Amino acid sequence: MSDLQPTLPTVGILGAGKVGTVLARLLLAAGYRVLIAGSGSPAKIALIIDVLAPGAHATTAEEVARESDVVILALPLGKYRSIPAELLQGKLVVDAMNYWWEVDGIRDDLDDPRVSTSELVQAFLPGSRVVKAFNHMGYHDLDEGPTPAGTPGRKAIGIAGDDESALAEVSALVDASGFDPVLVGSLHDSIALEPHSELFGANLPAEGVQDAVSRFPTTERGLEVAAAREERLGAVVQS
Amino acid sequence: MIENQENTVTTSPIEFGLNSFGDVPTDGGRTLSDPETVRLLVEEAKHAERVGLDVFSLGEHYREGFVDSATPVLLAGIATATERIRLGTAVTVLSTNDPVRLYNEFSTLDALSNGRAQLVLGRASQTQSFPLFGYELEDYETLFEEKLELFMKLQREESVTWSGTVRTPLTDQTLHPRMRPGGIPTWIGVGGSPNSVIRAARYGLPLMLAIIGGEPHRFAGHVDLYFRALEQFGLPKQPVGQHALGLIADTDEEAAETWWRSWEPMVTMMGRERGFYPPTRERYELELATGALFVGSPETVAQKIVHMTHELQISRFDLKYDIGGLPVDARARTIELFGTQVAPRVRELLAAENGTDTAHE
Repeated sequence: MSDLQPTLPTVGILGAGKVGTVLARLLLAAGYRVLIAGSGSPAKIALIIDVLAPGAHATTAEEVARESDVVILALPLGKYRSIPAELLQGKLVVDAMNYWWEVDGIRDDLDDPRVSTSELVQAFLPGSRVVKAFNHMGYHDLDEGPTPAGTPGRKAIGIAGDDESALAEVSALVDASGFDPVLVGSLHDSIALEPHSELFGANLPAEGVQDAVSRFPTTERGLEVAAAREERLGAVVQS
Repeated sequence: MIENQENTVTTSPIEFGLNSFGDVPTDGGRTLSDPETVRLLVEEAKHAERVGLDVFSLGEHYREGFVDSATPVLLAGIATATERIRLGTAVTVLSTNDPVRLYNEFSTLDALSNGRAQLVLGRASQTQSFPLFGYELEDYETLFEEKLELFMKLQREESVTWSGTVRTPLTDQTLHPRMRPGGIPTWIGVGGSPNSVIRAARYGLPLMLAIIGGEPHRFAGHVDLYFRALEQFGLPKQPVGQHALGLIADTDEEAAETWWRSWEPMVTMMGRERGFYPPTRERYELELATGALFVGSPETVAQKIVHMTHELQISRFDLKYDIGGLPVDARARTIELFGTQVAPRVRELLAAENGTDTAHE
């Protein structure tokens, strides 16, 4: 890190499981101050953080929300309504969550092709700027994959959102954590990063991510999403 | 790291287990029937015993292509057909089992096998048992937590009083047949959740790492976490094991081609259910070279296991040798080579290291 670099934002992570601890490690390595909270008391995750993400500060979800400039959501998606919404007013929120029915249970609300799950999260956090990122790459690839900017074949993370400055900030975060950021579109478009898309589970460099994004509308899932969304539009026009 | 005097786990000796999910194989292109597969498992367990492997373990699945749903029944059959090999699970889905029933089944198995029963308890990576037995997936954490508490009480206490939310309470209950004092060896199977690692440590139970994808050294932090948690709870050090998938053949090429023919469609099917795309050949080659698959010649697989004893401090290595559609003779060859070549070779390499390598931590 150069001395001229401005102070890095403080990053908070909600969720101290597989993904949360890996992201904490990546961001600590990039020089960020990291706060992290699990579902219970800070004492419950203190040892986990001490061993798996040494240097991160284990605290409460409330303190994470209050003290951080950027908050990454790495808890089970099914629990998104437990996020302290009021405390996240005005903050940049990175949604790294996915609908995983084996953990979340069968939830039709999280599995509706007409709406991306990040749109649901944005609707729950109306005062925050939500960006989808870090969700499509498996946590072991996240763990093994970071390389310095400019490394040939550097792996990429697709990001999606509606706010340009938020996207720029998250791009910087992704880059600092060791991956090339690739803009995928709006929050509505972030369905192309969700389960059933070609990108979900993909561990590709930037060109590969871009190619998969441009292919999405012609894939089975892309067509299914388009059909469901047209139907909804049709219904809206008729009513 | 502080070593506990009594219970220090050394890198040698190492124990070897053979794991099966009761995957239905083929024979000369014909898919075996479910009953044929059930009977084959007994023969394979006998084979594992003949070649000197330490443990034979069965999973618990409820779907087409797998015949291991009645794990204790299968193990009972194997118990009466074998004499020495220990009999375990990989894993028992505790969340959707009744701990009382489970105690009865495994105390009976332990009696029947003259003390050879053991268990690996887990939350399972496959969840068909939840709807089948009327449980909600979103309760998986509470179900496992409470049932583990009860099951360990049943194993460790003579007369049990317990109440919780997941089953009817017990008052001064003593189950029969009794298990040996303290219960049977019981491991906790984990797939990467740090909380599950802490839970295993809290109960002082050995840890089985299920590593089925990616580079296994990622779990080194989990092993460190486990040992430090045991220390914090004031409990003696416990063994760490690794469960992996693989196939052993005479050459690396033969092993790689044979396994790919079954692994590719299996992972494609699992991916479809969870929403990720089919694996690429490139990904597969990586899994073979530096990843989680133990597919190769005896020397390749032995070297990889020795590497794991360094990376993850394991003192037990379990190989899941069956995968849907694999020819029966490829399964038999794996069992044969695992017992007669890989296990002795790993022990030989570790013994040679122990002469020169005293402390690398």
